[in-house]
Amino acid sequence: MTINKGDTLIRVEKLHKVFGELHALNGVSEEIRKGEVVVIVGPSGSGKSTFLRSLNLLEEPSRGHVYFEGVDITDKKVDINKHRQKMGMVFQHFNLFPHKTILQNITLAPVKLLGKSAAEAEKRAMELLRLVGLEEKANAYPSQLSGGQKQRIAIIRSLAMDPEVMLFDEPTSALDPEMVGEVLELMKRLARDGMTMAVVTHEMGFAKEVATRVIFMDEGQIKEQAAPGEFFENPKDERLKEFLSKIL
Amino acid sequence: MLQELQGKFVNNFITDNRWEYIADGLATTLQVTFFAVIIGIVLGFLIAIVRSTYDKTGKLKVLNAVCKLYLTVIRGTPVVVQLLIIYFVIFGSVDISKVLVAVMAFGFNSGAYVAEIFRSGIMSIDGGQFEAGRSLGFNYVQTMRYIIMPQAFKNVLPALGNEFIVLLKETSVAGYIALQDLAKGGDIIRSRTYDAFMPLIMVALIYLVMVLIFTKLVNMLERRLRSSDH
Repeated sequence: MTINKGDTLIRVEKLHKVFGELHALNGVSEEIRKGEVVVIVGPSGSGKSTFLRSLNLLEEPSRGHVYFEGVDITDKKVDINKHRQKMGMVFQHFNLFPHKTILQNITLAPVKLLGKSAAEAEKRAMELLRLVGLEEKANAYPSQLSGGQKQRIAIIRSLAMDPEVMLFDEPTSALDPEMVGEVLELMKRLARDGMTMAVVTHEMGFAKEVATRVIFMDEGQIKEQAAPGEFFENPKDERLKEFLSKIL
Repeated sequence: MLQELQGKFVNNFITDNRWEYIADGLATTLQVTFFAVIIGIVLGFLIAIVRSTYDKTGKLKVLNAVCKLYLTVIRGTPVVVQLLIIYFVIFGSVDISKVLVAVMAFGFNSGAYVAEIFRSGIMSIDGGQFEAGRSLGFNYVQTMRYIIMPQAFKNVLPALGNEFIVLLKETSVAGYIALQDLAKGGDIIRSRTYDAFMPLIMVALIYLVMVLIFTKLVNMLERRLRSSDH
């Protein structure tokens, strides 16, 4: 099935996630269409990270369904690993593999999972490294890189799988302020190149500039969503107004 | 003084080719240790996988319970008693090689300790590593194999090396089932010559040298692994 720009890529239906007493997701239904850049904001504990992590089932929903490319991936019979290959994910703490070189970090999954030859995977990895200007780090280990460099590598490690969508879970929250820019720059570039993205972040500047849609979550629910202009200029939900007044 | 020492040396090791007790004993000790280490690693690895899979995913509940029982029994009883039970109870009515019994006893015993060492290594790896592997599309087994295990192994190498040093020395109780290992070899000489000093000090020295060599090897391996990721 080919999915064209504007078609639904991910559909979430009445998603619930319960951690003991905590109802982290309380009936979320949403769609992400091909080519969209959806930025998800909200106070801490609002369920935004849980929502994002549910999209590739890193967080297994307690109830509800997640459809990716039309397939219900919450169905136990579905091979989730196949679908995850097409959903790149970037974490707050980078999670590069410390025992592997940068090049190996990038080529591991394409070689083992997509059956690419080492030469093929390395060629693609070097292209990606050039894209982020880190080709001279190919044989370095993650511990030799700065936080911003690590996160850029983490992003291209996901890109090496040629994903249909990229999920970003607070990608700049663990970075020193002077390194935030380089990571956001790369993310903007991906957005311009048409990558479908779902981004949980506190970077409102990024949301204003790049997002096609901004979602406000609170208490495990989506309280409001709009195009960035409308979202920031004319918020309707009381909690969103309060949230925006605190951070802007 | 020197002449007296020389006389004792000759009496203890040269006369009647008594050094053969030491040499043969050493060969037996090394043989038992070597195969026990292999059993210990394989068994310990499998148990650690079962236990950490249960801890992480809640699967393998029954196997995990079996493993836990095994760990409790093995770690809760002395190795000498385990050795005696295997020889006199389990294989009491069977004619079986003492070396084989010792290999099994020390291997099964070591497996319990190695399992906990491996498990602590696996659990020490940050959960984000696991999530990164899974999010790329690796399944559980692949994530363990390519991402978690190589890091865990590096972390537990010192503890693992230590466990094998303990094992090497522990095999010296194999004399309880009249297996002629290094310690027993020295003791046999003592009973022939009525001289305790020479044979026992010699045995002690040989154990010491082996431990030193092994420690050196582990350190070298550790350094090599560490140089790969700073």
